[in-house]
Amino acid sequence: MTVWFFSEWPWYVAGPLIGLFVPALLLVGNKSFGISGNLRHLCSAILPGRLEFFRYDWKRTGLWNLVFLAGVLIGGFLASRFGAPHAINISSATVATLSHIGIHDFSGVAPHELFTWHALLSLRGFISVVAGGFLVGFGTQYAGGCTSGHAISGLANFELPSLIAVLGFFAGGLAATYLILPFVIGGL
Amino acid sequence: MTETLLPEFDGCGSSGADQQIRPAFLLVYLLLGVAFGIVLTRSEVLSWFRIQEMFHFQSFRMYGIIGSAIATAAASRALIKAVGLNSVDGKPIATPRRPLGNGIQYAAGGTIFGVGWALTGACPGPLFALIGNGVSVMIVAVFSALAGTWAYGWLRPRLPH
Repeated sequence: MTVWFFSEWPWYVAGPLIGLFVPALLLVGNKSFGISGNLRHLCSAILPGRLEFFRYDWKRTGLWNLVFLAGVLIGGFLASRFGAPHAINISSATVATLSHIGIHDFSGVAPHELFTWHALLSLRGFISVVAGGFLVGFGTQYAGGCTSGHAISGLANFELPSLIAVLGFFAGGLAATYLILPFVIGGL
Repeated sequence: MTETLLPEFDGCGSSGADQQIRPAFLLVYLLLGVAFGIVLTRSEVLSWFRIQEMFHFQSFRMYGIIGSAIATAAASRALIKAVGLNSVDGKPIATPRRPLGNGIQYAAGGTIFGVGWALTGACPGPLFALIGNGVSVMIVAVFSALAGTWAYGWLRPRLPH
């Protein structure tokens, strides 16, 4: 039991648990599982400006999802508190690949070379956090969904738009992994 | 070129029934969110290292997680439909579908998000779970994502959809 609560879960436990959020949200309130709509709701709540995209009743449409998102943050906190801190047990091949391009600290959930406040002052940290974050926001809104909304909720509903989007996710991710990251991490 | 009308846009998670929600239900959504945050952490899908392992095809793990999540969600949907279950408020389960249009928004937006996914090592859910995990610099990534969202809202009338 403690093993299950404190360490990493195998894929065949984690995957089905993630999938169950789709029927859970449908049964509780006919809601479609998807996180990135919250970025739009937050813009609508904070700074809608005169943009049509943000002029809607965000409380009515998105309050449930913003509350869900607050829960995600709390859940991340609780799991990291009660779990034993441990390095992510990635394959030795990945350790070798990442070492080769300049990642040497494998102790955290994300590499300290890129994702600390101090690293934010470096060009590679800035690109990873600020440029990466910007593209996550822009891309999910343009595509109308993220990994949860398109890859899981959309594909499970057999939607062609979601298949196109997911192929795009991997095209962009592979391009960035092979063409951009080696220069961002190693060269800057 | 003829002017094309923008299809009615439903953001990720914004579709579905649109009625006022009772406070008791908000607590349920909060608890579901807490559970999702725990799953994201324990499954390690919020880890930049796991995302890199996936994009380098060096482990089956992430593919197994995403694949079995889709299979579980699809099977659950089919079961709900077969049994004819309603949601708790008694309404039939909605199955809204996104309009395809010419598909450009999905291909282009998806690719742009993919680049961001590889750079940050996180999609929107994990960004917030990572802040909970103590990777506090991701607060900056969230504000940057909001800036990207706003930029899309501003450019939207001029982008192909």
